[in-house]
Amino acid sequence: MPLRNIYNLYQTMERDNTMLSFKGIVTSDLLSSVLQIMESKLGHVEKSTKTRKKVYNVLVECLQNLYHHNEEVKEENLDPSQSLFSKSALLMISKNEDFYEVKTGNYIEKEKGKILEQKIKSINKLNKQELREMYKDVLNHGTLSNKGTAGLGLIDIARKSGNKLEYSFLPVNDEYSFFCLNVKIN
Amino acid sequence: MENINLEGTPKTPTVNFDATKGELELKGRSIPENSVEFYSSLNKWIEDYGKNPKAETQFNVKLEYFNTSSSKCILDLFKLLEGINGNGTDVKVNWYFEEDDEDMEEAGEDYQAIIPLPFKMIEVEEI
Repeated sequence: MPLRNIYNLYQTMERDNTMLSFKGIVTSDLLSSVLQIMESKLGHVEKSTKTRKKVYNVLVECLQNLYHHNEEVKEENLDPSQSLFSKSALLMISKNEDFYEVKTGNYIEKEKGKILEQKIKSINKLNKQELREMYKDVLNHGTLSNKGTAGLGLIDIARKSGNKLEYSFLPVNDEYSFFCLNVKIN
Repeated sequence: MENINLEGTPKTPTVNFDATKGELELKGRSIPENSVEFYSSLNKWIEDYGKNPKAETQFNVKLEYFNTSSSKCILDLFKLLEGINGNGTDVKVNWYFEEDDEDMEEAGEDYQAIIPLPFKMIEVEEI
């Protein structure tokens, strides 16, 4: 990377009011560190406890989605370079005047992407009360996977954020897409 | 039977389950990546406690945050308590939430709608 790109990168992050950004593999330790840093930062910049908790909550679920997603990637089918390629993820948190944004990006197998897209579409159709009913229904009738995931993460993110989930699946190759998610929290 | 006394960590709550008093408390935050590992010993404790419970059992939930993985495990605790309610003990749930924390208030109401146990919603300044 040419040196002046460092400055470009700085300016981009400055312009987007980035509070924290990370690209790499989301491990349990990384997750703990990011949460610790963000809790301290939010404590400094956000006066409303309510907003602080909402942002923190959304962040926990987004990070844990990335963490569990990494666990899912079957390494035996991939050569080492591809393994890194598919496990790595992006996380960015920014603070604008009236809202926070949590952005995530990760590679996803196309088939899984289709299922995820259907899920997001069905969540985005619902209003606040309907989301609450959906959450209760999945909570009461769903089962935990052996990884401890409840299928409630995105519903909870939509519920806490109070906004529609903005997303996109960018085609990368025959097997993978890149899944982008942007959660706006007022 | 032995009581459970666990100190809270950044990802797991403080737990005080006292069989001699019939008081169970969860306090702090619960955001482990896989909550099953953490909650399975609590499930087991309630099952054992149910064999010889106090006349009254209080479950005090004082959580600041919990993740969706924990929400399912917390529901399982409630279901176990519902199972022993009326069998030698009256179970009461006290759900604490901080002022203005509508999300935690709603979370308590959601459990209340699912579980037929008496819930008391208690608003406090700080947990």
